[in-house]
Amino acid sequence: MSKRKMKEASLLIGECVSQLQKILRERFCHQQLPDRPDGEDAQHKQLLELLRRTAVHGESNSVLIVGPRGAGKTTLLRCVLKELLEEKEVQKNLLQVHLNGLLQTDDRIALKEITRQLQLENVVADKVFGSFAENLAFLLDALKKGDRSSSRPVLFVLDEFDLFAHHKNQTLLYNLLDVSQSAQTPVAVVGLTCRLDVLELLEKRVKSRFSHRQIHLLSSITFTQYLDRVRTQLSLPDGFTDTKFSREWNASIKSLCDNKLAEEVFRRHFNSTKDFRSTNRLLMLCLSRVSVAKPVIRPADLLESSRLCFADSSANMLHGLSILELCLIIAMKHLNDVYEGEPFNLQMVHNEFKKFLHRKSNSMYNFEKPVIMKAFEHLQQLELIRPADSSSAKTQREYQLMRLVLDQSQIMEALQKYPQCPTDVKQWALSAFA
Amino acid sequence: MTAALQHPGYEEQKLQRVTEQLPCRELQAGLLLSIMGEPEQYSYPSIFIYGHRASGKSHVIRVLLKELELPQATVSCVECVSVGLLFEHILLSFFGCDAAALLPRSPSLSDFIRIYRQHCSQTTARQTRYIVMEKAELLRDMDANLLPALLRLQELVEDNVTVILLSEIAWEKFRPNTGCFEPLLLHFPDYSKGELLQILSQDSHPSYSTEFYASYINILLGVFYSVCRDLRELRHLAALNFSKFCEPLEGEKVKENETHKLWKNIEPHLKKAMQTVYLREVSSLQWEQLQQTENESEALRGLSAHTHVELPYYSKFLLIAAYLASYNPARTDRRFFLKHHGKIRKTNFLKKNEKTSNHLLGPKPFPLDRLLAVFYSVVDSRVAPTASIFSQISSLVTLQLLTQVGHDDQLDAPKYKCAVSLDFICAISRTVNFDIVKYLYDFL
Repeated sequence: MSKRKMKEASLLIGECVSQLQKILRERFCHQQLPDRPDGEDAQHKQLLELLRRTAVHGESNSVLIVGPRGAGKTTLLRCVLKELLEEKEVQKNLLQVHLNGLLQTDDRIALKEITRQLQLENVVADKVFGSFAENLAFLLDALKKGDRSSSRPVLFVLDEFDLFAHHKNQTLLYNLLDVSQSAQTPVAVVGLTCRLDVLELLEKRVKSRFSHRQIHLLSSITFTQYLDRVRTQLSLPDGFTDTKFSREWNASIKSLCDNKLAEEVFRRHFNSTKDFRSTNRLLMLCLSRVSVAKPVIRPADLLESSRLCFADSSANMLHGLSILELCLIIAMKHLNDVYEGEPFNLQMVHNEFKKFLHRKSNSMYNFEKPVIMKAFEHLQQLELIRPADSSSAKTQREYQLMRLVLDQSQIMEALQKYPQCPTDVKQWALSAFA
Repeated sequence: MTAALQHPGYEEQKLQRVTEQLPCRELQAGLLLSIMGEPEQYSYPSIFIYGHRASGKSHVIRVLLKELELPQATVSCVECVSVGLLFEHILLSFFGCDAAALLPRSPSLSDFIRIYRQHCSQTTARQTRYIVMEKAELLRDMDANLLPALLRLQELVEDNVTVILLSEIAWEKFRPNTGCFEPLLLHFPDYSKGELLQILSQDSHPSYSTEFYASYINILLGVFYSVCRDLRELRHLAALNFSKFCEPLEGEKVKENETHKLWKNIEPHLKKAMQTVYLREVSSLQWEQLQQTENESEALRGLSAHTHVELPYYSKFLLIAAYLASYNPARTDRRFFLKHHGKIRKTNFLKKNEKTSNHLLGPKPFPLDRLLAVFYSVVDSRVAPTASIFSQISSLVTLQLLTQVGHDDQLDAPKYKCAVSLDFICAISRTVNFDIVKYLYDFL
């Protein structure tokens, strides 16, 4: 092969890798929609049927989609909506209002948003409504005036539904569900939430107007299904420009999933959580290691990414402490052991530390008290220790009661990993009674 | 210097410049760059970076974003006392001032998202936009919805945007109780001793050789490393004390390579610096002046030496009485303050264990009656309980030498606590010729 051809080939590979990164990144980060959600066919069918009945037949409905974080609630809804909107009639007919509990923190803001999304702004703007109540009344009038046969159905999507239940008097929820119960404009209220006890949050009158239809997304996949899903997540689609590269990549993914080491890593992730977002995080880290020089994911990459995901952050922080701060933590650990988890103050810690120095008679760590206090305050800033009671302004700094927010085993493990830890300090930590 | 950063999405020249500015942080910068990907590709919605103070978190991000010319908004959460300021800053740096002007007076998150979407639909991003939040731990104290919303901003605004949070505190302490979109966690490890040496040696003095400066840094680290690993603090200390280190060279007494002599000269000086400049007892300016005038460092009194206050005679005794009431158990009062206290059982009186020492546990509250009883017994002369005595007690409270405990009653039997240290009270009692240590139960 001539040099020029080689260059061309590498250029091609560069382009392919960049294409690959683009496609997979959109999948992992932007949560691009799959063609159809897998493993949730029943829920998908139920929701689709429900929304179609509203959109086509003008039936009012309310439904809650409940599932843990990252279980694919939004994805399910989006997939259903996409499929629904493919029908001409629905596309022409259905109005959508999307609200999010994080953004619309009170009913006034939510109402404004509804007005905006229904494009009634100019209508409302002319009338110059003073109060919230009037605005609501107008909107409700507009909704109520319609009847089942003539008016366009409205779909309300309430993301983070549990946050709407914290609004004052739950006015918005009451009114929306009330409209859905009476023979007025057809509305479908779809709530998405991660709280299983969401119905307990609702007031009685609101609860009685809700249809009590819930769709649960509790993932019940087995490990083989999980592995399959990982494979499909990583595989390139058929429409990829360079078929040769795509074939090679898919083959490499297949061999990766069959690998013993990789399987172990995936099993560990599967055992800790079935949430797909955490898998996406792992795969994203793997993907970021793919480059032109190395256009495959090796099991070693996977292992390294998993190590990054599972790193213990407190241990990481302990690693960067100075010797003095570490000594103080060991003194606190001893105090915790002796006094069985009672809170301590700086004086006690200092006393414990002094006892250690006295026994060692080593002047190496003979620090002044203010220096120790500075170290103690640094630990407090890092939130490795926290005040036992909040009324701290009144007491002097050295007598403020504190608690250690670290586990015994974390301290011991950090001590093992600590670079150039002096032997006497290590021994002091190991000795059961100081 | 290790290998330069490499990424196909960016020009090699720019990456070269980045590498030069990030000593000892190539690994982290490389990882970050590979997660960011090419500018037009999507990046992960939120990245949380944690690490100790001065481990180069902000610096790496700033250099990367600046040199690679990516659209960015850097916000320090300390400055943003209200969310409005935060939104304004972000909109301003992405879309210019007409976008920021659209925000209403007290904007909600909803307004911000609406304006953002409106503008980014007009000018779609060809590159990933980055929002960098420094000191992200303060976000927890702001609006409860702000942090979860920022973490899923990419989804909310449907734009190619990545939020980078920088903090000293681990992610576990951020998580809201109903959960949120989990960010990608990255840790910036602390600099090792060798790395600190390498970084600090870079800013050497022009008139001395780099080896000479490196040896100075080595000595400095030898003194301070066990206490402080903060790069900024160490750099500050290095800059302050260098002139003292060079002093022996001026008289040609010592040559540059006689490390031991130089060490002997500087070491006590550095030890002193740890007790003064490091604790900000003495300001840097004072420290520098001190070195120039060749004064003995002891001559200068630090900040804590100025805590001595001049009090009226009776106030001094009131304070002493308060200290005694706070740190002695009430059952020993008879023994200490009564002239004819009858028979004492010595064994019972002296029985005490270290755990209950009040100098470990802190001061205990006492009622006003006990304070006055102790006061009358320690003051030799007869003092009438006039209004001035009682007003002196309340003025001691306003001076924060005493604190009132429990605000249930102002007049009827108020309780107080003494809030001064042992050194302070010893100094006070020396001025009135009162031997306080003799009356303290803990030192018996």
